[in-house]
Parts: sequence; structure tokens; C-alpha cells
Amino acid sequence: MGRYLIKRLLMIFPMLIGISLITFVVIHLAPGEPVEMQVSMSPKISAATREKLREYYGLNKPLHVQYGIWVSHLARLDFGRSFGSDHRPVTEKIAERIPVTLSLNVIALILEFCLAIPIGILAATHRDTLVDRSISVFVFLGFAVPTFWLALLCMYLFGVKLNWLPISGLHSMGSDKLPFFGWLWDLAKHLILPVGIATFGSLAGLSRYMRSSMLEVLSQDYITTARAKGVKERLVIYKHALKNAMLPVITLLGFSLPGLIGGSVIFETIFAIPGMGQLFYQGVMARDYPLVMGILIIGAFLTLLGNLLADLSYAFADPRIRHGRE
Amino acid sequence: MRSSTPFMQFWMRFKENRFSVAGLAVIAVLFLISFAAPLLTQYRPETINAWHVLLPPSSAHWFGTDELGRDVLTRIIYGARVSLKVGFVAVGISVAIGVVVGLLSGFYGGWTDSILMRLVDIMLCFPTFFLILAVIAMLEPSINYIMMIIGLTSWTGVARLVRAEVLSLKSRDFVLAARVLGASDARIIFRHILPNALSPVLVSATLGVAGAILTESALSFLGIGVQPPTPSWGNILTSGKDYIEFAWWLSLYPGLAILVTVLSYNLVGEGIRDALDPRRR
Amino acid sequence: MTLGRRLALVLFAFLAFGCAQGTPEQKPRAAAKGGPPAYGDALVTGSIGEPSNLIPVLSTDSASSDISGLVYNGLVRYDKDLKLEGDLAQSWDVSRDGLTITFHLRHGVKWHDGEPFTSRDVLYTYKVLVDPKTPTAYSDAYKQVKTAEAPDPYTFRVTYPKPFAPALESWGMNILPAHLLEGKDITKSPLIRHPVGTGPYIFKEWITGQKVTLESNPDYWEGRPYISKYVYRIIPDASTMYMELKSGGIDEMPLSPVQYQRQTNTPEFLSRFNKYRYPASAYTYLGYNLRLPLFQDKRVRQAMTCAINKEEIIQGVLFGMGQIAHGPFKPGSWAYKPKVNDDFGYDPARALALLKEAGWVMGKDGILVKDGKQFAFTIMLNQNDQRVKTAQIVQQRLRKVGIVAKIRVMEWASFITNFIDTGKFECVILGWTLGQDPDIYDVWHSSKTGPKELNFIHFKNAEVDRLIEEGRETFDIEKRKACYWRIQDILAEEQPYTFLYVPDALPAVSSRFHGIVPAPAGIGYNLIKWYVPKAEQVY
Repeated sequence: MGRYLIKRLLMIFPMLIGISLITFVVIHLAPGEPVEMQVSMSPKISAATREKLREYYGLNKPLHVQYGIWVSHLARLDFGRSFGSDHRPVTEKIAERIPVTLSLNVIALILEFCLAIPIGILAATHRDTLVDRSISVFVFLGFAVPTFWLALLCMYLFGVKLNWLPISGLHSMGSDKLPFFGWLWDLAKHLILPVGIATFGSLAGLSRYMRSSMLEVLSQDYITTARAKGVKERLVIYKHALKNAMLPVITLLGFSLPGLIGGSVIFETIFAIPGMGQLFYQGVMARDYPLVMGILIIGAFLTLLGNLLADLSYAFADPRIRHGRE
Repeated sequence: MRSSTPFMQFWMRFKENRFSVAGLAVIAVLFLISFAAPLLTQYRPETINAWHVLLPPSSAHWFGTDELGRDVLTRIIYGARVSLKVGFVAVGISVAIGVVVGLLSGFYGGWTDSILMRLVDIMLCFPTFFLILAVIAMLEPSINYIMMIIGLTSWTGVARLVRAEVLSLKSRDFVLAARVLGASDARIIFRHILPNALSPVLVSATLGVAGAILTESALSFLGIGVQPPTPSWGNILTSGKDYIEFAWWLSLYPGLAILVTVLSYNLVGEGIRDALDPRRR
Repeated sequence: MTLGRRLALVLFAFLAFGCAQGTPEQKPRAAAKGGPPAYGDALVTGSIGEPSNLIPVLSTDSASSDISGLVYNGLVRYDKDLKLEGDLAQSWDVSRDGLTITFHLRHGVKWHDGEPFTSRDVLYTYKVLVDPKTPTAYSDAYKQVKTAEAPDPYTFRVTYPKPFAPALESWGMNILPAHLLEGKDITKSPLIRHPVGTGPYIFKEWITGQKVTLESNPDYWEGRPYISKYVYRIIPDASTMYMELKSGGIDEMPLSPVQYQRQTNTPEFLSRFNKYRYPASAYTYLGYNLRLPLFQDKRVRQAMTCAINKEEIIQGVLFGMGQIAHGPFKPGSWAYKPKVNDDFGYDPARALALLKEAGWVMGKDGILVKDGKQFAFTIMLNQNDQRVKTAQIVQQRLRKVGIVAKIRVMEWASFITNFIDTGKFECVILGWTLGQDPDIYDVWHSSKTGPKELNFIHFKNAEVDRLIEEGRETFDIEKRKACYWRIQDILAEEQPYTFLYVPDALPAVSSRFHGIVPAPAGIGYNLIKWYVPKAEQVY
């Protein structure tokens, strides 16, 4: 166990270097410069002013030097200041957005698991029947519909036509004066559409996975034995099969981690939710190098950490790994 | 069962799922439509008519006209070409990379495996859409870049699949036998391992095509997808989103086109998976 | 909606609705209900972009200037008829030689934190603008100043080495509070996110990505604004914003031409909103790179203008809500010449004749050929819905006279850095927003053709240079007018740009707001006089 732990921990360092390199390369494919966004081509700016800005931002140094500087800053957890004209520290801008994105994604993820698992079981137990087929069409429908289109249609129907739900944002005007539960209800109403549509879109992957995992378990000998022994079908499924079928599904949680911090650019744009996706998109369009690199690095690092924790807890639970190699 | 060839066996099983067969039919029709595009419509996809902007469907324009007076049906037909191209080229790239990485990693093991798999792990730390967004927004939104970037960022799944498959095949009898007989690495890989590892790749490629079409439409929504005047379903739908309320035809038809196509690919993928599933005899 | 307090000439990158100035074409329907002016309620407005920086000298985006326009004041401002009037300056004197301006500042004006406003603030603002360490886009006009001084707390005096016509206008720049900024690094000031001004609204809070809230200033020197709260919601998607307007989530937004014409004429919409329409202070053009042999022959440029049907663009892109542009000035302004000598209107036959004269002959495939080379080039533009549509219409028209134009849509930053600044373009579609002063030195003077300067098409014309210089070095309107009218004739003849159109600004405002009086300056100039009668207040 100790050796495994040390090995995994040591592995982090080359991974971090890889992450930082990929990030840096991706960003420096870019031909433009952020100075341009800053001055946005005002006729009242002279060439000298532009050069001044360029120097101010330190963009006239060679690439490898810029990388060196950047990594040495990273090592001190200094992500720099945004190139945007507010010049705020990148970490501050990210910290402001992470809670929204994270909580939204966690809610959507919980919903996804709560819905996809029963759906998957239902499909597995009714394999190849109309139920199974209809379920697969339904969940794939969620996957296949362009999300922004569905979102706009729902906004139009529920927001404009029926006036049941708010259209965008997180809070109504004056919601801060409501009592706590009123405030919560207001927030919940704002979240129904974005969270609902996001969940609908993600059901396919997990529910199909659950289905095949369940089928796999149901074809195992011990289930056949249990059935042969006359154990009730419900009991076979929910007591014996489910437990084992869930294990691989739980590992899937690990793969959901990058998405958790990432946030969806499209949802956040269309529902005016101030999350990481929006921030990243704006950063990319504005060539805000420190911001974009900061989001990629911090996002990737948190994901790395999450994966590590998942692996370690898995290892702790699995005796084969706990006591030796592979 | 009198089924003789493995393919016939596969087809017999695939056929059982009628949804999958329907999906396959839709895809076949789409291919026909995109090849026969000029024969199917009297209009050109780029022909503008500033005085016929946003006309509702009529006998002259079955699907109405768009914000520049172009025939929507024509644009969707030609857009099918673009959307299919994006899907296939992107997946081609990702499968090619994924298969090579998976084969090398699984077959040689050791350091090769460690390095390649760490690379996969690193790639998996980034949200894919963020990487795509960063690269495309910073380079230029051209169809070639879009296909390349989607391909370059989506190979990790295939690589893992192939690697796992290779690991299990490597110790099978027929591979060991070939090795004893002195077959070269290349021969073992290409004659014995690759053909057997391909079936899960096929499933994942089918889903990949669907994913690429959706990714293109998402990029179009952000204005960095396929560029005008070339029609893609994504950019037609995007231009229609501002008129959902009164010019519904401009968003409904491309939306349905994407929906039906992506759904079809998924159903076909599922059909293939089920048909190849060894547990189903 | 912009109050247009910051008087910068900025190329507009994304949005077609710049400063709201001009003559209203449609009288709003009077709302049935009413009542006397009352304090209270809130105006909720939507913005695609989030403000970047609320210290006005540091930002160039329209969202930031929307907010700072309400929080800050300048020394002067444009009134509803687009005449300069005193703002923080009660009055001003211009010396006989036109070189010295003395501003007499308003007494009793207080910053939002209670400190008195004095000439020290003005002097500080000037110093910060010309400080090379300040990353500002606005320093040029202030660098023309020879001396600036504050002889007493309520007097501010600037002297120029030679007459500078845009001088007075430039003092519409928002004045910053010296007592909070002096001696500090302005780029790291807390005022970036928490501005303190002298204006009609006091900054309350800014929730990133959601909204900026302002509250009325009870001690404002012009009187307390009726509307108590101004909420600036950030809604990045245009379709979402329109649905928010319809569902009552926001009270006003600029409509797109399609929305104005086709989607908002229902009795239901018209009873809830007033629509306004007036020409925006902006024009869109097709610019040719005059360094390329292809475009050096003015007959070729004239022919291209003749081949393009501007009416068609206005119809297709703007639904008829705009006007043809012939030159670089705002239609209706004193510098604008209503009828230029020859505007090369839509006439494909004339286009072909001109091209033939220039040596282009029609090839077999319907493409013009000269010296074995086909007439083909690329039009570059940024992601802007109206411009992308315009490009496609232009492309089709040019093809009809045998010219092949490819379209390349690009992301703004790389467009400017890699193509405009380096001169590696053939043809571009871009737009300029216009300030009120017609000085066009930066865009058309031959000295401004250097790298990264604004005369990037390399237009060089000795007579235009002379007229521009004359025009900015005199205060005599008639003399200036003569210069600018002559310039318009020369530009029409030369066609260095094909001037395309001046779009209309099309704001819609909830009908519960009363007191909106459309004027040449648009509707936003008297925001502090807008009110909601008690019976109609909702917030």
C-alpha cells in the first residue's frame, strides 16, 4: 500500500508538467495579442500607445522565457493578473465562479445518477422488449438534441408563453429581501430549466452503462444459481445483482470530474449563469492568456487530484491493490 | 441457424433491433441525399434574395427561406454534406490516433505503455470542449481546423479501448502461436490483434460521429463553427435561434436534422454493440 | 443605451447599437395610464457584455461606459440637440486666439463619498490620462495640451500650442476623484470594481456575471433622479435577452431590425413597450487595400461601388431600417454634405463599362480577366451578424459583374493584429462609430498610415490632408464645413471605401417609463427625468 501510494503521489509531478506544457502550447497557437482587445482599435490611440501597452504586459519576450516565467510563478501558486482591463488576479476571478459551476454540476450529477440508474436497471431487466427500446430512444433523444435549441424552446414555452419559470439568471430582482425559503424557492425555479436540460442530455451515457453492467452481472453463474434455487426475481436483482453492477458505475463518477469543474459554455451563455464556462469562453475570445491558462491549469489540477483520491480510495477498498502490485 | 460467414451472423443479430435498423436506414438515406444534393433541389445553397427574407414554407420553398432569403431545404441538403464530412473526418483522425496509441501501449507495455497512458491521463484532465474552444477560437474557425481539433482531442477513449483489447488478446493462444512461429511484431499486430480489436472501436466510432456533429453545432452556436456562406446544420440552426418565435422553420428543420441523425448513429452504435456482444451468443 | 458621455471615436466591433443619437422617426405610442412624476421603481436593462473596468479612462467597452456614464460626469457634455453644454463646468471661456480654455467649475458638487469636487480632480484626471504608465486608449487628445493648471479650486485652465477644434469635446471625459486615486496605482485601484463619482447614480454592487446595481444620488446637483434603481443585467445571449424583455425580466433593450419589424408589432407588445427609432452614430463600409495594384485604379473601386446594391443590403440586413452612407460623416450633422457630386449608385452596366475602361475583359467562365489573371480577392471581417450578412450580399453582387470575392470571418483580435495591422488584407468590411466632432484626422490623414494606425487602407491624398488640417485648426464652423464638404466630394470620387450604410438604433423601453423625449441625441440623455407613476411601479 505504502509503495503504491508513494508511486501515485510521485506520478503527479510529471503529470503536472505535462498539463502545464499542453496548456502553454494550446494558448500560444494563437496569433493575436490581448493588447488589441484592450485598445479595440480606437482612432484616438497612437502606435506609441500600443507599444506601451505591449511592453506593459511583457509580451515582447521570447516564448520559452514566457513559459519559464509562467511556470516559476505557478510553482508559487501565482497565476498572474487578468489581461482584461480590470487586471484582477486570475485566482480571484476563478474563485468567484467555481461555486456556481460546481454546485450546479453537482446537482445535475446527483440527478443524473438518481434517474439514470433506475432507468438502466429497468432497461436491463426488460432487455430487448419495447420498454428497453423506448428507453434507449428516450435517453438518446436527450443526447441527440442540440442543447441550445432545446433550451431556447423550453425558455420560450415555460418562460414567455406560460410564464411559469424565469428565463435566465440565478435570482429574481429583489430576491435578497425574501425570507430564506422564499429565496431558495426563487433560486430553485431559476435552476429547473438549466439543470433539467443538462440532466436530460446526460442520461444516455450512464443509463446505457448501467444497463450493460447489469446485464453482465445477470449473466453470471451465481445469479443463474440463485434463480435456479428459486430466489424471487426481485430479490435476485435488487439484492444480489445490483450491488455488483453498481461497482463499475461508481468508477464512472471519477470520469465525471473534469466536467464538474469545467462547466458548460453553452448553458451558461444561454441561461446567463455566471460560471466557469462563460469565464473561459470570454477569456479565450479576449486572448486573456493568464486567465485561460489559469482555468485550464486549475481545472486540470483539481481533476487530477480528484482522480487520485478516487483511485486511492478504490485501492484502499480493493484488497488486490492494497497488498501488492496489479 | 444456417448463417455461414461471421458477417451474416452479425447481420442476423443486428437485424433483431428494429430501432437500429431504422437508424441505419436514416444514415443510408442521408448519404444518398448528400451525394445527390444538386439533383434534389433547383436552388443553390448560397443564392441570396434580400426581398424574400424569412418567408414561411410554401410550394416554392418547402422549408421556407432564411435570414438572407436562401432556400432552407437546399441549405439543409447541402449542410448534410458538411455535417457528415465533419463527423467522418474527425472520427477518422481520432480513431487513427487512438488505435495506434492503444496498439503500441498494449502490445509493448513497459515504458511505452506508461508514457502513453500518462499522456492519456493528462488529456483526460482537461474538459474536452474547453480544449477545442481554446484552439479553434485562437486559430481560426475553418472546417478543416474544426475536424482536426475534434479528432485530436477525442482519441483517448479509443486508445484505452484498444489497449484493453490488446492486453487480453496478447496472451491468447493464437497470438502466442504466431509468436512462436517467428512472426514479426508488425505481422502479429496487423494480422492477429488489430482485426480482433476493431469491433469495440467500430461502436465507439459510430458514437464519435454523432458527437462530432453535436460539437460542430455547439461551436456554431458560439459563432466559431463552419463559416458562412457554407451551410452546416449547426450554423443554420444558430441563425434560426433568433427567430424561434415567428420564423420557426429556420430552426425546426435543421434542429430535427441534427436530432434524427445523431439519434440514428447512437441507435446503430447500440445495435452493433449488442450484435457483437459475446454474452448474446 | 448609452448616454454618450464619453466622447471617444471607437470602431465598433460587435454591436450595431452604439451611441444613441439622432432624430426619432417614430413617435412612441403614449401609454394610456399615467400620473405625475414619482420617485421610486427600478429600470432593469440588459447587456450582452459585462463591464470590464469601471474606471472610465481604462476601459473601452460599451458596457463599462454605460455604467460609468451614470456614475461620473465630464466637464462638458452634449445636450439633447447635440450641442456642448456645461456639466461639471458651469461655463467656460475660450481665449481670443482659441488656444486657451478656462473652465469655471460648478460649486457645491460632492463626490459620492461626500468629499467636495474641485479643480484638483480635473487636474488629476488630466495627469493620469497623459501619464505614460496609464494603460489608456484616450491619451492622444490630452497630449495636445501644452499646459494644464488649476489656479483655484473652481477654475481649470488648459492651453494648446495651436488651435485644436476637438479640444472642448475632449473635456467630456469623465472626471476621476483625485482624493481616492492620487499617488496610487490606478490599474490596481478598488475603484475598478467600486466606482465613486459625482453622477446621478451611486454605485451599489456588482455581482460578477449577473448584474451591476446603481442607486439614485439624492444630492445630485441637477436634482435627484426619479428612478431609484438602475440594474444592469448581464445576459450574454441575444435570443435570451429578447425573451427576458418579453417576459418582463428586463425593461429595455436595443431591438434588432428583424425584431423591430416582424416580432414586435403585436398589440400585446406595443401596449407594454414603446419602440424608438433614430439613426445610429455609426457607419459600415467596404474598405480596399490601396497598396495593392488590384485596387489602385480608382475606376475599379468606382465600378465595385456601382456593382453593389446598397438598397439591397439595407433591405436584407436592416429590413429597411437604415440609410445609405456616402461619406464618413453622420447624415444630418452640419459636416454632412447631403448630395455629393457623384455617388456611384447601383448600376451594373456602368460597373462593367468602368471595368472595361480599366482593362478588365470578361473571360469564358464569366469572370473578369486582365493580363491573364482573374479578378478574385478575399473580403475579411469579424464575427458580427450584420456584417456577415452584408458580406454575403456583396459577394453575390460582385459575382454578377464577374468579380470573385471570398469571405473570411475572423475572431476580432486576430483579425486586427494579423491582417489589419500588418496590411495583409485585400478588402475588409468594418464599421466606425462617430463622435460628434467631425475631425477625421486619424482615419483619413496620410500621416496615419503607419503600422497599427487607423488609415490602414493607405489612403493618401494631399488635398484631403490639407483640408483635414484646416478643419481641425479653426473654430469657425462655416470654414470647417467648407473643408468637410469638399472632403466628401473627393472621397466620393476616389471611393477608397465603398460606404455602405448607417444603421438605425432601435431601442424598446417598457411603457411604464414616462418622460422619455426622443431628441437628436436619442433617448438616454434625460434618463434622470424618466419616471414611473406611483400606480405603475413594480419594484
